[in-house]
Amino acid sequence: MSDIVTIENEALAAIAGAGDLEALDAVRVAELGKKGRVSGLMGALGKMSPEERQENGPKLNALKTRVDEAVKARKAELEAEALERQLVTETLDLTLPPVPGPKAGALHPVMQVFEEIAAIFGDMGFSVAEGPDVEDDWHNFTALNFPEGHPARETHDTFFMKAAEGDTPKVLRTHTSPVQIRTMMDQKPPIRILVPGRVYRNDWDATHTPMFHQVEGLVIEKGTHMGHLKGCLIDFVRAFFEVDSVEARFRPHFFPFTEPSAEMDVKYTRKGETIEIGAGDSWMEILGSGMVHPNVLRNCGIDPNEYQGFAFGMGVDRLAMLKYGMPDLRPYFEADPQWTRHYGFAPWSTPSVSGGLS
Amino acid sequence: MKFTLSWLSDHIASKAPLDEILALMLKAGLEVEDVHDPREALKAFSVCKVIEAEPHPDADKLRVCKVETVDGLKQIVCGAPNARAGMTAIYAPLGAFIPGLDFALDKKPRAIRGVESQGMMCSTKELNAGEDHDGIADLDASIPLGTSAAEALGLADPVIDFEVTPNRPDWLGVQGIARDLAAAGAGRFIPSDVKKVSGSFDCPIEIKLEAPEACPMFAGAMVRGVTNGPSPDWMQQRLKAVGVQPRSLLVDVTNFISLDRARPLHAYDAAKLEGVVTARLGKKGEKLVAIDGKTYTITEEMCVIADESGVIGLGGVMGGESTAVYAETTDVFIESAWFDPLRTARTGRATGIHSDARYRFERGVDPQSCVDGLNLALALILEYGGGTVSKANVAGLIPARADKVTFYPADVERLTGLTVKNADMRRILKDLEFNIEDAGDAWYLMPPSFRFDMEQSADIVEEIARMVGFDQLPTTSLPVPEGGIRAITTPMQARVRTARRVLASRGFLEAVTWSFMSKANAALFGKTPDSLTVANPVASDLNQMRPSILGNLASAAQRAANRGEAGARFFEAGPIYLDDGPNDQRTVVAALVRPLNERHWQGAPKPYDSYAAKADLFAVLEALGQPGERFQVTAPVQPHWHPGQAAALKLGPKVTVAHFGALHPGVLKQLGVEGPAFGFELNLNALPLMKTKTTKTKSVLERSELTPIRRDLAFLVDEKVPAADIVRHAQGADKQLISQVEVFDVYQGKGVPEDQKSVAFEVTIQPKEKLKDEDIQALMDKIVAAVAKGCKGVLRG
Repeated sequence: MSDIVTIENEALAAIAGAGDLEALDAVRVAELGKKGRVSGLMGALGKMSPEERQENGPKLNALKTRVDEAVKARKAELEAEALERQLVTETLDLTLPPVPGPKAGALHPVMQVFEEIAAIFGDMGFSVAEGPDVEDDWHNFTALNFPEGHPARETHDTFFMKAAEGDTPKVLRTHTSPVQIRTMMDQKPPIRILVPGRVYRNDWDATHTPMFHQVEGLVIEKGTHMGHLKGCLIDFVRAFFEVDSVEARFRPHFFPFTEPSAEMDVKYTRKGETIEIGAGDSWMEILGSGMVHPNVLRNCGIDPNEYQGFAFGMGVDRLAMLKYGMPDLRPYFEADPQWTRHYGFAPWSTPSVSGGLS
Repeated sequence: MKFTLSWLSDHIASKAPLDEILALMLKAGLEVEDVHDPREALKAFSVCKVIEAEPHPDADKLRVCKVETVDGLKQIVCGAPNARAGMTAIYAPLGAFIPGLDFALDKKPRAIRGVESQGMMCSTKELNAGEDHDGIADLDASIPLGTSAAEALGLADPVIDFEVTPNRPDWLGVQGIARDLAAAGAGRFIPSDVKKVSGSFDCPIEIKLEAPEACPMFAGAMVRGVTNGPSPDWMQQRLKAVGVQPRSLLVDVTNFISLDRARPLHAYDAAKLEGVVTARLGKKGEKLVAIDGKTYTITEEMCVIADESGVIGLGGVMGGESTAVYAETTDVFIESAWFDPLRTARTGRATGIHSDARYRFERGVDPQSCVDGLNLALALILEYGGGTVSKANVAGLIPARADKVTFYPADVERLTGLTVKNADMRRILKDLEFNIEDAGDAWYLMPPSFRFDMEQSADIVEEIARMVGFDQLPTTSLPVPEGGIRAITTPMQARVRTARRVLASRGFLEAVTWSFMSKANAALFGKTPDSLTVANPVASDLNQMRPSILGNLASAAQRAANRGEAGARFFEAGPIYLDDGPNDQRTVVAALVRPLNERHWQGAPKPYDSYAAKADLFAVLEALGQPGERFQVTAPVQPHWHPGQAAALKLGPKVTVAHFGALHPGVLKQLGVEGPAFGFELNLNALPLMKTKTTKTKSVLERSELTPIRRDLAFLVDEKVPAADIVRHAQGADKQLISQVEVFDVYQGKGVPEDQKSVAFEVTIQPKEKLKDEDIQALMDKIVAAVAKGCKGVLRG
């Protein structure tokens, strides 16, 4: 069977020479098809003596396998070439614009700052409480130790609702403090709450809007003193402004519902249009605070000799301005797309203390 | 409240420089708002002596002066007509900023018409320090060379402006400021010893108190033969420094005492008074022409001062024109009275008068200052205006406060964390003029008569703490609460946060708009009860609490379009108001889009429409764990929606959770918004609360091993049958097996009878066990029967 070598050489050459799938298939049929040369040799095995068969059988099987593999390999090559040729013709101009989706949306900075503040105080164990914007006089003033007719009431530029003759008109809450009252009337100490919300004052100029946002905090526990107030709020401003150190100071002030009362200032410096918090030589007032007035505790049925604590309130719009550098309050409420995209936040930004506020 | 440093030194012996005074004010709670230090502004300028003043060789109006200055001998070219040798003037060195001209001199000498000038001599106008027009400042020759300009011009006195908190009317007098600053450590308070002015005749003007609840005390006296000329220079200078225009001796004296002692007074022209002066309540029909020239209607609520001619003043608020003092006044009657704060405040509000007297009386004037105030005024009038003084008439008496304040010294540490020695507390309280009765654990304190804010121990704690200094307070982080930190977000807040993020991620911009809108526009969106109308709105179109956010969003979208951003998508998560009760507020999420027709090379995308609004609403609901399919879609309930292209989303027949679709074109027109506009409003309060699970563990995943089977069916139904009905009936055929029914085609037209439509949907079957062909066929037959029965649907062949 000296032709085995010849046949193999001829077959492999023919396979390698096949220029396309059709030619390759013709080679395959000529060699491995029913009437092919290799198949012919295999058929002749039956007529051989057992000894011859023993000798030629493995050789012929090996020949068949090698030719078969060569066909498959060449087929894969030819298919790859064909695909290559086809793909070259199938081009797209990917410089064209895709189907437009909506432009990116954005979250309002005030709402974002609300969440930042809640995240910080949440880590200190404050839970969130809310109350109505349309308030009665008692919750907004009287219970908070603003005596009727007291000039402190006048400083609030209150919006009054229409009321029937002889009725005390309701008000648009001038601060979030009435929620202190609602909470203390509702729930027993210990209390740690944070109250975000809209508040209203009848004032509209470059630095005031008739509606703005406040966050109120209230802690009523045994043994909470003004040092805690100071520590808590300093911890807050450090976390909030996300700078290494913030220099802060407390100074006496007057609020009817706290005694002693304090305002908190932080150091800042002005660089052109923007403000940098933390260092510098000017002080900026950022919040009012104090120990809850014993009269307020009594008004809510809490014994000031047993429980004590502090409260604070801050303007969120201004805090947002200080942190993120918006130069003007007024566009906050104008729903201006350019402003919102520029100063707003991406939908996936979720403030947390451990993950970073902003 | 404004005061000057030198005025303060009348009442305090202190060497503290301005900076220290400011720091102590801050410490004591006097919030400094502004400091004007003329020394700072005029720092560059000093007194010089003109040695020689020769005509300029090349200019008629200029002189070339040799001037002795702090910087040595200088040649200065000067255009002032009054420049002369021997003159004492004010020198500005090269480079100095001239405040009145708002420019700085060149740093290098400049040649003026060929002659070098090495500086400038200034007029007071150029220094913002006066109004002289004759040329440069011509000072007294006795002022030495090098004296600062501020001092030479008598402007060395810094003016401090600070906020007087409503609890401290005693700070409305320089004396009161000095007392607190002394207690804070600025120096020694100089007590004032007011001498009684002895009168030489009985006061002919009788005083009567008819309403002691409104005016319990009134001291008065007369000065005859006064010359009501200008007040002395020192008084004028002080008044001017704090922004009060000097007028005449009598007016200036009352203003001065008011500012110095927080003691308002009133001066009447005694010649114009008729008979007895009475403090009483007003009577119906009375009127007063006040010194502001306006006529006020008196009510029975108001406290008035009256004589036989009628009302001549509103007690504690404003005097009348008929008895006011003039330059010609020779006989003056001085009133030093006390008026009830609340009544004064009410009268002030009713008349709209914002006078200095009202401001003081409504906050509280020292009730013990009536007689002293009168004596102070009489002494000053006598000294500077001459005349003879009557004996004082004092009607009524205000008894000294009787109740003491119980102070527990231990409260200082309990409330503030400060440790203060008893001796220090005693010193502070004494400085603040408290009378102390020490009984160990409790001290009984009598506050001074000018303090109205001292009721209980906590009030005293504040006095101690502020005088020790808030900078001394410990800084203690809040301890972790008992039981550790817990999640604090309420379900409502979680909903708001999620909804906001879903919408922002779908291309919406978050808006925060006013809670109020115009009543007329509000009425387009819901009820507008008067209880939600603002009586004193900031603007007439912001007078009604909004019943919906959509109106504001529509206006915002129109504004955006006007600025070239048509198609901007807005949402807001915020309150709407149904009534004025504490539970009448709802938190809603509203979104609105004015669709934009966009073009694209692959074909125009579908503009935003009611279905897009539905998709956005459903995306929010899905994220809130409440898939939209749970709710029923019905015709809109609210009137501001397009009746045919908007819908309500309901939970049962009563609870409307949301509306979505097209806004009513008529409503948009009235808002001035070009339609169409689409959106939704979702009431987060109406969504049912999710059951709180006791465990966070999730249920075991039940994976289906069998692949779902899908079949398409199409039915002919009446065109009015909602697609959701067909879907519901199909699904109802076997709720176990049919996992989903989804409409993929709706067709009307050729091949479909008129008034009918063809609805095709895909049924997904999730087998629990292997299904045979005949099982599936049986299920299809059940669906066909259910749709036929439920909505008269006929299977299309």
